[in-house]
Amino acid sequence: MNMDFSPFWISLKTAFTATVLTFFFGISAAWLVTKYRGKLKGIVDGLLTLPMILPPTVLGFFLLAVFGRKGLIGKLLYSLDIQIIFTWWAAVLAAAVVAFPLMYKTARGAFEQIDMNIIYAARTLGVSEWIIFWRVIVPLAWPGIAAGAVLAFARALGEFGATLMVAGNIPGKTRTIPLAIFFAVEGGEMDKALLWVALIFFISLAVIVLMNYWCGYQRKSMPANRGR
Amino acid sequence: MELFVDIKKKLPDFTLKVKFYAAEQVMGLLGASGSGKSMTLRCIAGIEKPDEGKIMLNGRVLFDSEKGINVPSRLRKVGYLFQNYALFPNMTVEDNIGFGLQKLPREKRNTVVRQKIDMMKLNGLEKRFPSQLSGGQQQRVALARALAIEPEILLLDEPFSALDEHLRYILTKNLIDILSDYKGVTLFVTHNIEEAFRICGELTVLKNGVVESVGSKEDVFRKPNSLSVAQLTGCKNYSTARYLSNNEFEAVDWGVKLKTDSLITEDIKYVGMRAHYIRLASENDRDNVFDCWPSFVNESPFRVTVYLLIGSRPKGKGHYHLQWELPKDKWREMERFPLPWKICLSSEKLIILNK
Repeated sequence: MNMDFSPFWISLKTAFTATVLTFFFGISAAWLVTKYRGKLKGIVDGLLTLPMILPPTVLGFFLLAVFGRKGLIGKLLYSLDIQIIFTWWAAVLAAAVVAFPLMYKTARGAFEQIDMNIIYAARTLGVSEWIIFWRVIVPLAWPGIAAGAVLAFARALGEFGATLMVAGNIPGKTRTIPLAIFFAVEGGEMDKALLWVALIFFISLAVIVLMNYWCGYQRKSMPANRGR
Repeated sequence: MELFVDIKKKLPDFTLKVKFYAAEQVMGLLGASGSGKSMTLRCIAGIEKPDEGKIMLNGRVLFDSEKGINVPSRLRKVGYLFQNYALFPNMTVEDNIGFGLQKLPREKRNTVVRQKIDMMKLNGLEKRFPSQLSGGQQQRVALARALAIEPEILLLDEPFSALDEHLRYILTKNLIDILSDYKGVTLFVTHNIEEAFRICGELTVLKNGVVESVGSKEDVFRKPNSLSVAQLTGCKNYSTARYLSNNEFEAVDWGVKLKTDSLITEDIKYVGMRAHYIRLASENDRDNVFDCWPSFVNESPFRVTVYLLIGSRPKGKGHYHLQWELPKDKWREMERFPLPWKICLSSEKLIILNK
């Protein structure tokens, strides 16, 4: 069997980059929504969670509409001679959008648990919001944030529909493991597909199991994690 | 050193409307839970925003709705001691104390932290996390953290409510020492009368978000100006009053007529009598002496509360007019006296209330 292992590396690279992106966007959005007390909270939260429920093809459609040659951002990028659609970055973008709600939701859940008095105390001490966020809020919500990042990574790794629509299936560039599985099955190469299936199955499982142990260990070794 | 507060804020249950002035003396905010004490502190600290009004600290405007000024918390220079201390659980004791000193160079910061650790007797606990400290130690860390930034005002929000009686007593004493060295304004929120009396010089009594009484603690305790202030300062016996003449009124709920030693007006609404001011009548007493029967007795370790009914034998528990507090040894003597007891409600101890 003539095996091309590029989908493995592309998948890891894509999922990793997408996770880094969702991490920062996800926790920022989560904190802003947590702080926000207005009437639109429900709507904002709904919009941010929507990618979790929508079919990936619908997301792919939106991404094409925005980043395509005639899209709002796409037009601007094309004028700067930057193309996103059908490049590796499109695969990252698709994975990031699909994984975003998982990061956002878990981080927000963790933020909502924080005793607000701790944050008020930090503010009265004259410390800037930026330092408070990174030195107090994120550490306090860390178990939740870390869990969110792992879920986001696992989800990004498995992304198929939106990726196919915006990044295509370019071997060595945008063909990730899920795409390789689909096209292997379609081409009748079941043994090849099985190998990829096994691989992604074990990577995903390993990541989540490792995370569970690590979180448990963290809770035990750091009595500081949760107040009294 | 002075703080001026005059704010209004609409809350779900009532409208907070407080106005007071505090200077060197520790100002106590006394009130039942849900009377707006903590909300007032939060407005001063900039955690909550009043709907309208003004807050001034040492000539600095912290909040002014007319001019649209609302200085953010971090620029107000307030030290806030939260009820649950709100320590950073992910930081050690020394990091907690030094957290507000980010802008100082490392060496300077360490010096200040060192000094606060000595001051609060936290030596040896520098590397511990808050969860590894006792309640009293946590409170000392929180106070050290608040004082490290050299605040112009110290806000203490029921700091002893989570502690047991013994610790509460020791820590109150420590706090009084610390506050005597502190140069800024201090506000102390509590619902505990004894605490308020020990720690504060001035008192502001709040009820449903409105100031009921302001003044030196002696005045507020000796001459409460309303029924709720009397109750809040620990007066257990009260009755509605009906004016009879300018030195006599009827205590309707107790069914007796009482003489006063100062002139009263027709405005009289209630009368109060502190439980420990009731006494056994002597031969010289002519006025305000009544026959009483004990209804039931409640003993605490050192004191006894006797529930008295005036004028007739009680028909059961819960049938009483007055609570009488007396030391245990006195109570042992009382048990030998024949019934009914002659009890005197001294005219100079009566609290006359017009609202």
